Amino acid sequence: MLIFLEDGEHFARRRGPQAREHMGAWMAYVSAIQQAGVAVSGAGLEPPETGTVVRLRNDAREVQDGPYAEAKEQLGGFFVIDVPDLDAALEWAARAPCASYGAVEVRPVMARPDQAPA
Amino acid sequence: MPGGAGREAERVARASYGRLLALLAAGTGDLAAAEDALADAFRIALETWPRRGLPDNPAAWLLVVARRRREQQRRRMATRLRAADDLQMFAALGEWEPDQDSRLPDRRLELLFACAHPAIHPTARTPLMLQTVLGLDAASIAAAFLVAPAAMGQRLVRAKAKIKAAGIPFRIPDPPELPARLDAVLDAIYASYGTGWDALGSATGDGLAQEALWLARLTADLLPGEPEAGGLLSLLLHCEARRAARRSPDGAFVPLSEQDMERWDRTMIAEAEGRLETAGRLGRVGRFQLEAALQSVHAQRLMTGRTDWHALATLYEALARSSPTVGVLVGQAAVAGEVEGPPAGLRLLDALPVERCAAYQPFWAVRADLLRRAGRTSDAAEAYRRATGLSADESVRRFLLERLHSLEQPLP
Repeated sequence: MLIFLEDGEHFARRRGPQAREHMGAWMAYVSAIQQAGVAVSGAGLEPPETGTVVRLRNDAREVQDGPYAEAKEQLGGFFVIDVPDLDAALEWAARAPCASYGAVEVRPVMARPDQAPA
Repeated sequence: MPGGAGREAERVARASYGRLLALLAAGTGDLAAAEDALADAFRIALETWPRRGLPDNPAAWLLVVARRRREQQRRRMATRLRAADDLQMFAALGEWEPDQDSRLPDRRLELLFACAHPAIHPTARTPLMLQTVLGLDAASIAAAFLVAPAAMGQRLVRAKAKIKAAGIPFRIPDPPELPARLDAVLDAIYASYGTGWDALGSATGDGLAQEALWLARLTADLLPGEPEAGGLLSLLLHCEARRAARRSPDGAFVPLSEQDMERWDRTMIAEAEGRLETAGRLGRVGRFQLEAALQSVHAQRLMTGRTDWHALATLYEALARSSPTVGVLVGQAAVAGEVEGPPAGLRLLDALPVERCAAYQPFWAVRADLLRRAGRTSDAAEAYRRATGLSADESVRRFLLERLHSLEQPLP
């Protein structure tokens, strides 16, 4: 899974004067990864302040407005991709626009316990 | 003056790392042990030089200390005589005098051939060269090649174990096998330059390109009778000469055809031309000489003010016959688009295997340009989008997006 991490400034660029260039780069990336036939699923996420956090503690519900954490970089979207190895995944990670201004974390998707490891 | 000694150690390390490592490892084939011993020697130098002053011949000093360290390691493994060894060594160091050994023999070329031996996995050859000949650390090499540091570390360890276990010799191959073996060495140097080229603008990328150039120069100088070594050096010099012009002062990507020639490095171009000429006189044409000749045609623009596309087409034809890589075939299509018009270029692109181009950025960038010039606007837009999405460089992305947007909103 490719996990896209962005800061507040770049979440804000999705709207406003820089939206055309910002979103243009993302749309191109999404198109390229889909056309290459490696994307299994994926989505972009609304900014962290639109999130809501739920916890159950001592039989009581806690519900909080986002963001969940006060980290500088927050989850902005993800892709699950099907590629032969980590090197190929890193190549797709480097092409993500946010690799230039935020970060991309690459993590293996956990194998289901009932599935034999490949 | 610890700072001065530190700088001196660094300078010696930079200048003589590969030379020392090659000498240390040549006899045993054990690169890992040689690296450990050399690292120890540099550490001891940093501790000793500020107090005792610089030895007259720092490189020879390091070699002697590293050899002793390795001897100790061997004995330590057998007997575990730790403290006594250290005492003995420092006593011996007191007796060290700079001697006739001031010109160390150069066995770096042998080391390069060992690194690019056919028994070493191709993906390990370039990293191994960078680590052993230049002393780059595994983490920077991993970053340059976009590989996880742990994986790169393993790849290097495995390659060194293979050299030792398989008894891969540290020698220059005999004439009958030299050209083929040299190809592997040149390929690995070229790959390191290509990696530096892709990572333009980053410190790692510029650094790696410089290291590759240094290796190419070393190989060409040590093998003056091999035209392809000179060809590779000429090619890299030509590319390097245009480095400054590849970005505008505000950091925007500038394609070759629009580069400001005032920003090309004429000294480097002159050297590139000289090296290619010398190589050509040996009378054995090869891939790197042809690629250097392509770059030489582009450099002629300095003198003539125009690009000789027909000369480029002829060179690409020869190159496509001898080494039809996707990169060469895409370049050939771009040139055909100039000489015979966009439809001819597109025909060449359409003939390429789809699966090898799906994620190859230059294919989509050239295709987009040809489609735009052929007036196929919506196909061009799609290709520009693919090319943008496959770029890992922000300024290239911005350049392609601008082209895409100008397609969508044609100027009145």
